[in-house]
Amino acid sequence: MENRPLEYDYTVAKMFMLTTIVLGIVGMTIGVFIAFELAFPGLNTILGSGLAEYTNFSRLRPLHTDSVAFGFTVSGIFATWFYVGQRVLKVSMAESKFLMFVGKLQFWLYVIGVAAAVVTLFMGYTTSKEYAEFEWPIDIAIVIVWVLWGVSIFGLIGIRREKSLYISIWYYIATFLGVAMLYLFNNMEVPTMLATSPAGETNIGDWLHSISMYAGTNDALVQWWYGHNAVAFVFTVPIVAMIYYFLPKESGQAIYSYKLSLLSFWGLMFVYLWAGGHHLLFSTVPDWMQTMGSVFSVVLILPSWGSAINMLLTMKGEWQQVAASPLIKFMILASTFYMFSTLEGPIQAIKSVNAIAHFTDWIVGHVHDGTLGWVGFMIIAALYHMAPRVFKRELYSKSLMAAQFWIQTLGIVLYFTSMWIAGITQGMMWRAHDEFGNLAYSFIDTVDVLHPYYALRGTGGLLYLVGFFMFAYNIYKTMTAGRRVEESELQNASPMGA
Amino acid sequence: MNFNEFAAYAYFFLIMFLVIGTYSYIYHLYKNRKDVTGVDYEDYSNMALKDDIDDAPVKSMSDDKEK
Repeated sequence: MENRPLEYDYTVAKMFMLTTIVLGIVGMTIGVFIAFELAFPGLNTILGSGLAEYTNFSRLRPLHTDSVAFGFTVSGIFATWFYVGQRVLKVSMAESKFLMFVGKLQFWLYVIGVAAAVVTLFMGYTTSKEYAEFEWPIDIAIVIVWVLWGVSIFGLIGIRREKSLYISIWYYIATFLGVAMLYLFNNMEVPTMLATSPAGETNIGDWLHSISMYAGTNDALVQWWYGHNAVAFVFTVPIVAMIYYFLPKESGQAIYSYKLSLLSFWGLMFVYLWAGGHHLLFSTVPDWMQTMGSVFSVVLILPSWGSAINMLLTMKGEWQQVAASPLIKFMILASTFYMFSTLEGPIQAIKSVNAIAHFTDWIVGHVHDGTLGWVGFMIIAALYHMAPRVFKRELYSKSLMAAQFWIQTLGIVLYFTSMWIAGITQGMMWRAHDEFGNLAYSFIDTVDVLHPYYALRGTGGLLYLVGFFMFAYNIYKTMTAGRRVEESELQNASPMGA
Repeated sequence: MNFNEFAAYAYFFLIMFLVIGTYSYIYHLYKNRKDVTGVDYEDYSNMALKDDIDDAPVKSMSDDKEK
């Protein structure tokens, strides 16, 4: 047994790489389209008023958010897990037929769940809870997919050769546990068919449509405990898992301080869960809870910057690699955007700032510098690092990758700067009043003023999408036309063609 | 003492406990530098850098079984 040549088996990782790219294209294309709908409202009825139900902003917006978060990002998390998990635990999926079966089953159930989610959201079935729009049968499918992932994680850990768990594994485990807890509690819902009207009528609802088990302020509290921690456990924790593996591996540098990575982990785990209250500032939730949300949001800077600085310092003495390799560029900029958005978020969570920022486009800008800059760039970098190793081929084009980097970076900058200006303009105009307290502007005044910024935002998004197509093409060509490489070329820096 | 007063004290002492716990953990990590099995914490970075399937693990499961 010990003498048999053994290789890591990336079958399941490759499957999820495919869904990462496909769902990224779907989610980002819809995102760009609805961004232009906001700038040019005529697009809402582009296919005629008869089909406006399917093309308007409100029908498409959940399709955008859910496909980039639960499609692109979650696929990226799964793809990297099935790659990183094996390598740092030094055990191959090929060693366990059971784990291989569970991994493939997880993939196909995930694909079925995604298809069902896309179709039902498009048809207008929604629970109307932000980022938790899926109706209950899809929720059940998602829970099964998640449990199967848990079996993969703990199954692989169970048969590992490396006794200690690398820091990335801790972050993947936290992702698994965190999302499981959040998803179950926020999606407690009852089909309306089981409801009885005040007049005593029954059978008046729908089997597929459901409503939350919580009501009013309680529902808001659970929803934003979920909503903010979805940012924590989908957009932060697993992406930190990725950068802790891929940046040291690609650069050949040991993590600057492994001890700091341990500290930051526990700091992040403790602090993040309490910060969701900042979504409900100036609402009907208790004042102390709003204050707690603000305070924990500010404290959150420490563990976030602990990880981000640790990554930047990992490049100490090796900064020429940032200039030389577009792949390292993606990761260093991701880390920088992580620092940037984890400073911006706490600022927005301070009550006096939030009084201007709440409900404005500044929030949308904040989410997108985090997701496009940090999440998107890190997943793109991870897939670029994995591609030569799973396909045993050189990355097709370094110059295409570099061009993609600059086009997408420009896109992000256009996106967040336009949303900053739009958001602060909105916030100031909404609250402007004369000496008698009469509002100075009506809502349509703000809409007029914001038009150029909305057009700029759409353009920024379009540039990012163009870059994403370049990424998809580069990976496709790597698979099909890249030069074949030997194992010895794959130690650290990924081999790239011109 | 009513419940709210109790909750306030409990909250205060919980925060104190967590702050002391965190700082003790930092002190412990930087003072000892090595974990109980004698491996320097910084060596754990090699789990990512030397991750081919035939590379030697930083701390092997099979070493454990031999003991």
